[in-house]
Amino acid sequence: MSQSTSNIWCVLKREWKGYFATPVAFVFIVIFLVLIGFFTFSSNLGQFFEREEASLASFFTWHPWIYLFLVPSVGMRLWSEERRQGTMELLLTMPVAPWHTILGKFLASWAFLALALLLTFPIILTTSYLGEPDYGPIACGYIGSIFLAGGYLAVSSMTSALTRNQVISFILSVVICLFLVLAGYPPVTDMLVNWAPGWLVDTVTSFSVMTHFFSFQRGVLDARDIVFFLSLIGFCLFSTSVILRSLRTN
Amino acid sequence: MIQVEQLVKRFGPKVAVNRISFQVERGEVLGFLGPNGAGKSTTMRMITGFIPPSEGSVTVGDHPILEQPIQAKRLMGYLPESAPCYPDMTVYGFLDFAAEIRGISGGDRKKAIHRVVDLCFLESVLHQSVDTLSKGYRHRTCFAQSIIHDPDVLIMDEPTDGLDPNQKHEVRGIIKRMGEKKAIIFSTHILEEVEAVCSRAIIIDRGEIVANGTPEELKVRSRHAGAVQLRLGGVSGAIAKDKLGQLSGADQVTLVSDDATCSEVVVQPKQHDSASLSEQIADLILQENWRVLQFNCREGRLDEVFRDITKPDTIKEGVQAA
Repeated sequence: MSQSTSNIWCVLKREWKGYFATPVAFVFIVIFLVLIGFFTFSSNLGQFFEREEASLASFFTWHPWIYLFLVPSVGMRLWSEERRQGTMELLLTMPVAPWHTILGKFLASWAFLALALLLTFPIILTTSYLGEPDYGPIACGYIGSIFLAGGYLAVSSMTSALTRNQVISFILSVVICLFLVLAGYPPVTDMLVNWAPGWLVDTVTSFSVMTHFFSFQRGVLDARDIVFFLSLIGFCLFSTSVILRSLRTN
Repeated sequence: MIQVEQLVKRFGPKVAVNRISFQVERGEVLGFLGPNGAGKSTTMRMITGFIPPSEGSVTVGDHPILEQPIQAKRLMGYLPESAPCYPDMTVYGFLDFAAEIRGISGGDRKKAIHRVVDLCFLESVLHQSVDTLSKGYRHRTCFAQSIIHDPDVLIMDEPTDGLDPNQKHEVRGIIKRMGEKKAIIFSTHILEEVEAVCSRAIIIDRGEIVANGTPEELKVRSRHAGAVQLRLGGVSGAIAKDKLGQLSGADQVTLVSDDATCSEVVVQPKQHDSASLSEQIADLILQENWRVLQFNCREGRLDEVFRDITKPDTIKEGVQAA
């Protein structure tokens, strides 16, 4: 293992253990699973049974909305807690490049979200029991969902570096993520279409996580969507490092 | 080992550290003194690479902290001011993390952890979570983290803050022992600590170094350093005061008490020249055939020096010795 990888791994491991040191992680996973189950199967919302089709469309549709609150609640402590406890001073005076720690902490939370998502596997079993689903879109949907969570999480990483107050970090992150959702949410874009030029509508919607997440759900693995999420993550993590650096300078 | 040159840190319009330069070699323990807000912590944070300086440079070993931060940080152990630890980890887990991130692996890591656990008396809380620890234990846990890789350079911001007197004594002992082989900088408010542990002390006030020397050198600058207190039997105070006042080494003679049987005087030396003053007084005593009941040559006190040179209206020229 190279020096950078082992540094990132070391930070990742510590962060990961931090989640499971308290019952918070388990509470989070339970809340996530209950919510996603409720939204998917409810006869008013997801209408999983009423649709009478062997697909997970009613499951994935709700991810951008459920993540909107749950991902910031995982990511809000990433840096604000380090700042509040003063451990940031410890971490950043270790012989490790700052981006190793930023990436390590981010990957740990991402892995945690991925674990929560993978625990939804019974829904695949249910679908296969009831019908013969197409596994392609399901796999793509899961990949898209992981990227979606990563995008939100990177935003949370950035906002948590801004403040030592977790609540402020949470709210900021929800607001930014909400913008990323609404920019591509049909009721909002329909409103734009009436008066804005086509290129503007396209630009705005292309910034939305919805647009890119939908194409995953349809079972399309488009490089552009992957690049979108990776650039969103890259941009936010880079901003995190800029914020942390300016904190130390001033 | 540590070379600090013309270090400046500005926070907006406020200059927190103003052109500080000093060096610390292996085998030296440097005490960093100063009132609150003098710039001690800021200077230490710049040395450890936590905050970048506005101007100037820090070199640790052969590595400039700005250009080769990783190599420089590898040589250093750092105990920040509030002794932060991850509250959700056990003491063992925390030390294990500190060792791993410093690149200590396998059996060496276990050995390193046990070495610092023994050194800092952490055995009894090893598997306890950090947030259940008392302040003293938490402090020592963070201290243990800073020495886990047996660093050549150790930077400690108030290492004995919040410890009880026994723990303070232990920590001082550890610092002193380690100081024989390492370059150590530590900041403190406790002046007796400086005398007990440091081979050199720097006093810093409003971002500038106002004194730099061994504790003995600094003490000599005290107003009362080298003053001679004399108790004479059967000599009138007035005569003693007059004779002593004529000595070339004496500055000011104060009569403390005067009665039929004995008199007591304190002679202040000129220019801290205590050796010649006491010699002159001894000669005078022989010459006059005085009966001496008490002869006491006063040592300076560090707290007096500290108060004098960090006083707001003190003129700081001439104080700098080194």
